[in-house]
Amino acid sequence: MSTTTTSESRSRGKAPAGERVADWADGRLGIYSLAKANMRKIFPDHWSFMLGEVCLYTFLIIIITGVYLTLFFHPSMNEVTYHGSYVPLQGQLMSEAFNSTMHISFDVRGGLLIRQIHHWAALIFLAGMFVHMMRVFFTGAFRKPREVNWLFGFLLFVLGMFTGFTGYSLPDDLLSGTGVRFMEGAVLSVPVVGTYLSFFLFGGEFPGGDFVARFYSVHILLLPGIMLGLVVAHLILVFYHKHTQFAGPGKTNNNVVGMPLLPVYMAKAGGFFFLVFGVVAVISAIATINPIWSIGPYRADQVSTGAQPDWYMGFSEGLIRVMPGWEVNFAGHTLVLGVFIPLIIFPLVLVAIAVYPFIESWVTGDKREHHILDRPRNAPTRTAFGVAWITWYMVLLIGGGNDLWATHFHLSINAITWFVRIAFFVAPVLAFVITKRICLGLQRRDRDKVLHGRETGIIKRLPHGEFIEVHEPLSQEQLHTLTAHDQYEPAQIGPAVDENGVTRKIKASEKLRAKLSKAYYNEDSQIPKPTVEEYKEITSGHGHH
Amino acid sequence: MSSQDNPEENLPAEQEHAPGAVTVADEKNPFADPGLPPHEHRVQDIDEQAAKRSERTVALLFTVSMLATVGFIASYVTIGIDTSVYVWPIGHISALNFALGTCLGIALFCIGAGAVHWARTLMSDEEIADERHPIEATPEVKAKVMADFKQGAKESALGRRKLIRNTMFGALALFPLSGVILLRDLGPLPGTKLRHTIWSKGKLLVNMNTNEPLRPSDIQVGSLTFVKPEGLEEHDHDFQTEIAKAATMIVRIQPDNIKDKQELEWSYQGIVAYSKICTHVGCPISLYEQQTHHVLCPCHQSTFDLSDGGRVIFGPAGHALPQLRIGVNDEGYLEALGDFEEPVGPAFWERG
Repeated sequence: MSTTTTSESRSRGKAPAGERVADWADGRLGIYSLAKANMRKIFPDHWSFMLGEVCLYTFLIIIITGVYLTLFFHPSMNEVTYHGSYVPLQGQLMSEAFNSTMHISFDVRGGLLIRQIHHWAALIFLAGMFVHMMRVFFTGAFRKPREVNWLFGFLLFVLGMFTGFTGYSLPDDLLSGTGVRFMEGAVLSVPVVGTYLSFFLFGGEFPGGDFVARFYSVHILLLPGIMLGLVVAHLILVFYHKHTQFAGPGKTNNNVVGMPLLPVYMAKAGGFFFLVFGVVAVISAIATINPIWSIGPYRADQVSTGAQPDWYMGFSEGLIRVMPGWEVNFAGHTLVLGVFIPLIIFPLVLVAIAVYPFIESWVTGDKREHHILDRPRNAPTRTAFGVAWITWYMVLLIGGGNDLWATHFHLSINAITWFVRIAFFVAPVLAFVITKRICLGLQRRDRDKVLHGRETGIIKRLPHGEFIEVHEPLSQEQLHTLTAHDQYEPAQIGPAVDENGVTRKIKASEKLRAKLSKAYYNEDSQIPKPTVEEYKEITSGHGHH
Repeated sequence: MSSQDNPEENLPAEQEHAPGAVTVADEKNPFADPGLPPHEHRVQDIDEQAAKRSERTVALLFTVSMLATVGFIASYVTIGIDTSVYVWPIGHISALNFALGTCLGIALFCIGAGAVHWARTLMSDEEIADERHPIEATPEVKAKVMADFKQGAKESALGRRKLIRNTMFGALALFPLSGVILLRDLGPLPGTKLRHTIWSKGKLLVNMNTNEPLRPSDIQVGSLTFVKPEGLEEHDHDFQTEIAKAATMIVRIQPDNIKDKQELEWSYQGIVAYSKICTHVGCPISLYEQQTHHVLCPCHQSTFDLSDGGRVIFGPAGHALPQLRIGVNDEGYLEALGDFEEPVGPAFWERG
C-alpha cells in the first residue's frame, strides 16, 4: 500500500506531511502493519461493554488528578500548627500531611475540585470494576480463552481496593486514622508474627511517624505501577481475543460483528472518556467527599461516631463487626480468633469468585473457545452462584454499616448483628435456590415462546364461542437467538472395567466431578431447549395456539 | 462529514448488498442462523437535512465545550477561593469549587456528547463481520517450537551438567534473601513495648481538656472524663504513640453498684479508671451510658460494663478493658498507683 502511494505521490512531488511522518514512523516502528490489523478492527456494540470502559477512564482520571495532588501534598507526619485559611482549625496541632491536604482544599484554587475528582473517581473505579466483573461473570465471558484476563481483572479489583485504602489514609484525618488503627489491630491478631509485622509496618508502635510516608510510596508508586501494567496487559488481551458477543442472527463463535475502530468505535470510546470525566467533574462540583476539615486531624485517643470505610472496604468491616470476640489463651500466648478469622475470610470472600471460572471449566470439561456470551438464565447454576456471592457480599456490607442501619432505620444493633451472623450462612444458600428457580422459569418461558410464539394480547372469539389468545410465531432471527445456546449433558464416569476386564480405580476427584456435573446439568438444573422436531410438530399441526 | 460532499452515498441503493441480507427461511431447520439482518438506514443516511441538523448539533456541543473552558478560566481568575454560594438544593458550598467543577464538567461532557452523537448519527452504522482465528497454534508450529526448545535446552547442557544447574538454582534462590534482610530495619522489634504505657506510680491524672490535675470532687456520678498521665504534652514528639496506649477514662460509680471486687479495691471512692483503648482493634472508646455505666466503642460497637470489671457485654471485643489502679496523693489529687497490669488495646500473640 505504501509503495503505491509513494510512487503516486512522487509523480506529484512530495507526499503530504502527515504521510511522511507516518512513513518515518513505519520505517522504525512498523506502524503500518499494526494499523492494518487494528485500524478497522471490529468492536461489537452492547451497552454492558461500557462498564469496563468506565473503569479504564476513571483509572486514567485518577492518575491525572493524582499527579496534580502530589505537587502539593506533603507525605509527612511531622506535627505543625495550622495557620491556613480555614478558621475553625486555626492553631490546632496536626501532621504535615493533614496540613497540606487542608492547603490543597482551601488555599489552592481548584485544589479541592481535583481532590474530590480524585476521590470520586476512585469510588466509581471500584464500583465500575465490581459491576464489570459481574457482567463478565454472569455472561460467561470468562470462559476459554479469557481465563487469564479474568484473573488480571480480579487482581486489578483487589489492588484497587488497597490503593484506595492507602490513598484515603494519607490525609491523616481522624476518620482514616481510625481505619489505619483498625488495620493495625487486625495485623496484631496474626499468630506468631503479628506484632513484628505491625512494628515493621509502622516503624515501631502505632501510629509512629512513618506510615503516611510509607503508604504514600505504596499508593502513588508501587500499587499504581503494578495496576498500570495489569491494565495494559488486560487491554492487550481484550484486543487479542477480540470482544465477545451475544448470540444473534449473523453472529457466530467464529466471527465478531460490530463497527470498526476507526471511526465509529474511536469516536464512541474516545467520547465516552470525556463523558465519564465530565460526569465525575460535575459530581465533584456539587457533592462533597471526605470533608477532612470537619472531621479534623487524627488523634490516637479520639474518634467520631459512625466511622465507615470507603464502600469497597465495607465487607471486611462487616466481617470484623459481626464476628464473636473469641480469644484463646494458652501457654502464655493469645490466639485472637475474633479478629484473625475475619482477616482470613476477607481474602477468601474475594477468592471464591476469582476461582469460579476454573471450577466451572473443570466441571464441564469443555476445552473449546467461547466467544458467544451466555444469557444468565441459560447457565442457572453459574448465575445462582454469582447471585449467592453478591448476596454474601451485601450481607457483609450491611454488617459493616450496622450502626448506620440501626440509627437510620431505628433498629436494634443487636438484632442487626445477629441477622448478619445468621444471614452470612443462610442468605447465600437461599439466594442460590431462588435464583436457580427464576432462571429455570425464564428458560421455560423461552421454550414456550419458541414453540408457541409470542403472546400478542389479542383475544379472538372463535365461531363456536371459544375465546383464544392469538400467539404470533417468532421470526427466524428470534428463533435462532433463543435456541443458539449449548446445553451440556452431565459428565459420566467412564466404565470401571476396561475392555480387557481389568478393573481400574475411580479417583475421588472423578467422582466429585461427575457429581458436580450432574448437579449442574441434570433435568432439574436446565430445561431442555426446544428441538426442531418439537417445533415442526407443533407448528404443522392445527388448533395449536 | 465527507458524506455531504458526496450525496450519492446517502441513497439507500446499497440495501440489497448488505452482508447476510438473505432472509429466506431454511426449510429444514427453522432455528438456523438467518445471517446478519439487512442494514437499516437512519434518517441521516437518507435525508441530507437531518444530517445537517446532526452536524449542527455536534458543532453546538463542541462550541458549548469551548465556552465552558472559557468559563473555567474566568471562574479561576474572578471568584475568590473563600466565597460561598447558595445552590439549591445542595445548600451553601464553595463558589469556586462549584464553578470550576461545573465548567470543567460541561466542557468535558460536551466533547464526549459531541463525539458520540457524531458517531451515532453521521458515521456509518453498518455492521461488519470480522473472522476470528483460533488462538492455539497449529500442530506444525507447536512441533517446531518444541523442537527448538529441545535443541536450545540440549545446547545449554542444563540437564546434563547437573552441578551447574544445582548451583545456579541455589544462587538464584539465595540472593533474594538480601532483599528480605534489608527490610529488618523497617522497625524495632516489639519486645515488651505493647505491655507498658507511661503510667507509673505517683503520676497524676490530668484532665485531657483542661490540662489540670483532678481532685476526687471534680468527678461527679454520671460524668465521663478523659485523662492522660501527668507530663505528657500534646506537642511532645511521641505524644501520638504514647497517648495511643495511655489514654484513660474515669467515671464515678456508687461503690455499692460496683459488682467486681477487684474493681472496687482499685477504685477511689467509686472513681474508676479504665483504658480508653478498645480491646478489639484499638479504637478509642467514646460513648458512655450514665445509668448502666456501659461504654461503647463507636467503631465496632463493642460494649463494656464499667461497673463490672470492664467486662465485654456486646460486640466483637475479646476481653475486658484493663483497669488502672488509682488513689489520691498527699495534696488530694488523683494519682495512678502503677501502670496498667495487663497490656492495653487489641490482643496479640504474646499477650498471654
